[in-house]
Amino acid sequence: MSDATPPIGTGPLARREARLAWGLLFPTIFAVAAVVVLPLIAVFWISFKPVELGDLRPPEAIVREDLRGNPEAAGDEATLRYRLRNSSAEAGVTGVVLTDSWTPGLEPVAIDPRCNLDGAAFRCDFGDWEGGHRETLTIPVIVGQAFFDNGAEVDDTPAEIAFRSQSVLTSGEFTLDNFRAIFDGNEFWSVLGVTLFYTVFGTIGALVMGLFAAMLLNHSFKGQGILRGLYLFPYVAPVIAVAFAWILLFDPFSGSANALLVQMGVTDQAINFFGQRPLALLTVTAFEIWRYFPLSFLFILARMQSIDTDMYEAADMDGASPFQKFWYLSLPMLLGILSVLFLLRFIWTFNKFDDIFLLTGGNAGTRTLTVNVYEQAFAVSNIGAGAAVAVVIFGCLILFSFFFFRFISREEGL
Amino acid sequence: MRYLRFGYVTAPLLGALWMFVIAATVSVAMSFATGAAFRPWLPGALGLGAVLGLAAFWLPRAWALSALGAILAGALMSVGIGPVVTGAGISALSFVLTALALGIGTGWPLALFLRDLPVGVLTRHQFEGAVIRFLMGFGYIFFTAIVVIPFYVMVMTSLKNQAQLIQNPLDFSIDLSQGWGLFRSYVELVRDFRFGEYMWTSFYISVLTVLITLAFAIPGAYAVARLRFRGQAAFSRSILLIYMVPMIVLALPIYIAFSMTGLRNSITGIVMIYPVTTIPVALYMLQGYFRGLPAEVEEAGLMDGLSRLQVIWKITLPLSLPALASVSLYVFMIAWNEFLLAFMLLDDPSKFTLTRGIASLNSSEIPRQHLMAGSVIATVPIMALFLGLEKFMTKGLTAGSVKG
Repeated sequence: MSDATPPIGTGPLARREARLAWGLLFPTIFAVAAVVVLPLIAVFWISFKPVELGDLRPPEAIVREDLRGNPEAAGDEATLRYRLRNSSAEAGVTGVVLTDSWTPGLEPVAIDPRCNLDGAAFRCDFGDWEGGHRETLTIPVIVGQAFFDNGAEVDDTPAEIAFRSQSVLTSGEFTLDNFRAIFDGNEFWSVLGVTLFYTVFGTIGALVMGLFAAMLLNHSFKGQGILRGLYLFPYVAPVIAVAFAWILLFDPFSGSANALLVQMGVTDQAINFFGQRPLALLTVTAFEIWRYFPLSFLFILARMQSIDTDMYEAADMDGASPFQKFWYLSLPMLLGILSVLFLLRFIWTFNKFDDIFLLTGGNAGTRTLTVNVYEQAFAVSNIGAGAAVAVVIFGCLILFSFFFFRFISREEGL
Repeated sequence: MRYLRFGYVTAPLLGALWMFVIAATVSVAMSFATGAAFRPWLPGALGLGAVLGLAAFWLPRAWALSALGAILAGALMSVGIGPVVTGAGISALSFVLTALALGIGTGWPLALFLRDLPVGVLTRHQFEGAVIRFLMGFGYIFFTAIVVIPFYVMVMTSLKNQAQLIQNPLDFSIDLSQGWGLFRSYVELVRDFRFGEYMWTSFYISVLTVLITLAFAIPGAYAVARLRFRGQAAFSRSILLIYMVPMIVLALPIYIAFSMTGLRNSITGIVMIYPVTTIPVALYMLQGYFRGLPAEVEEAGLMDGLSRLQVIWKITLPLSLPALASVSLYVFMIAWNEFLLAFMLLDDPSKFTLTRGIASLNSSEIPRQHLMAGSVIATVPIMALFLGLEKFMTKGLTAGSVKG
């Protein structure tokens, strides 16, 4: 009897399983690559490009054709006119060639040297055009009887124009100006500071509030289900709806919150919650806490309900007081979920764009990095600088996820 | 701390603090309900609260303490030194209501907080128990208030008109005699601003997103959860990593690519993008659930001659219907609430989703009750769906770590 040896390498069954796995994963990998990985590469590429919003459309050569001179009878003179231009004021187009089929019944008097007429095929070779180039090509013609017989118009067959152009997006031109622009001056550091403030306090606030809310609902009583549903409202409602509700509520002129505060004698005049530094930053942070405490509350509550009650009974036997039970039993048990939640929420708050964009538009000292991407790309219409900010965000993200994975491997709860 | 641990110190202290909380709550509630002037008066609230706290020793019954509170509050308010000070022209009804609310709101919970509390020295248990009950009571009021007020303002604003809103921003009382006229903002939105269409667009985009997401995520999640292949661990990590990439970073190149290919301003473009933002989440949630299913059932199926795909279709999917429901609900919510991409990619009013439609209402020419009516239209369906299926939702949210 020969020795039984364990198989070396992967057997056919395992290979088939792996093939099936990749087959099942392929659609997802493909879609994610197309919409996440490609754009990420594109962001890196664009961040080194001097590209503005207007450059998104590559330069084009454009032609319009018409017949001037109102010929009325055979033998009249007229002018066939091609108006040509480069659509871009800066970028050039190369190898411009005009082709058109010649309208029957028109007899050319003189033809521009760049053009030739071969039977019905009319062709002009213009070579290269600078940015902003425009010219009018005129060809005097004698109109023959055939033109009227056919009843044709000159632009029945549209003139076609072929050209090569290079968009700045695909050219070999690179620059570090975008990064220079965003790191220049104090603005970047204030934006980073605002982002960190918003992220740190938004995250901690949401966690603390979530913990408090979870403790409230960690009892069974009548109406617990209703309250739990109610406390999830801020998270479930569309952000745009609740953001506008907050804006109206805290409006300095006709907002209910201000009217209430004045009436209660807390303040003499209306407070501009979203319009003045540094209050605006506090208000948007409060909004962030308000909107996301439900999420932390759900996770913490789920963890709380899975804690073994035996421990509490034992603690009761030992005479632990309620606060001691919370501090020495509940909190250590919740530490795992709290740290994972902290990391997750930290990253997602850092990435948050909609909330601040809707509430203040990044004004009054609330511009975070993500809002800055939008500001640079669309308000200043410097796409390259926007992409550069996006690259910075992505760099921070890599840093965070490094920490995240060190933790998550220990906390397999999530 | 030790000086606080006497019944005759703790009880009036908690009573005073609680009375102030209730006075503030009642003032806010009455102001929002009637638009008239109510405000809490600190000395009055603290004084009456302390008295009630002490009275709790002799009147431990909740109803008795409430009655005493209501009578005292009413009496003090009528001479202007009550916990709540009212402006001129308050109707008798709202006066009585305020006094009653103050009495019940303070007396009832105080009786619970201070239950079985001795007058003299307190043990640590008794003291902390009372403080914790106080904090919990405060918590219920606080959280309910901060959640309810914005939504209340949203709904009530949508039912009023511009002139009323400017005149008294606090007056949310509704004139019921208008009948259906109350809803004219909604009628105008549907009639003049095409909100009916937007709702339909949002709905079918969300449903398509759910279907496409599931079609991609189910096989992917099954492969990650069940099949052995090299790179499995790395793969399940990179899913998490991908769903941490901020949307705004991707939105920029997507905007450029869509502008160049003409997909901008088209529903097709939106339906292509939305599922990809939700696939990682769905995949992550589903693979967690699949892992929890017993592998033996599937192996039995394999032994009986089913292929892997048949196993997924005939065994795994029927077993994971609850998970599929919560994932679908969650993906639907993301797609329905999505704002950034719709805002950047859609410019043509005939193709707006609801959120994009609301954003277009945010201009100074359009009265703000329209803006709020639009917000209500966007919020109500998702809320109804969510409350109806709350069990699935909460389970789904906690099953996979969920993005916000």
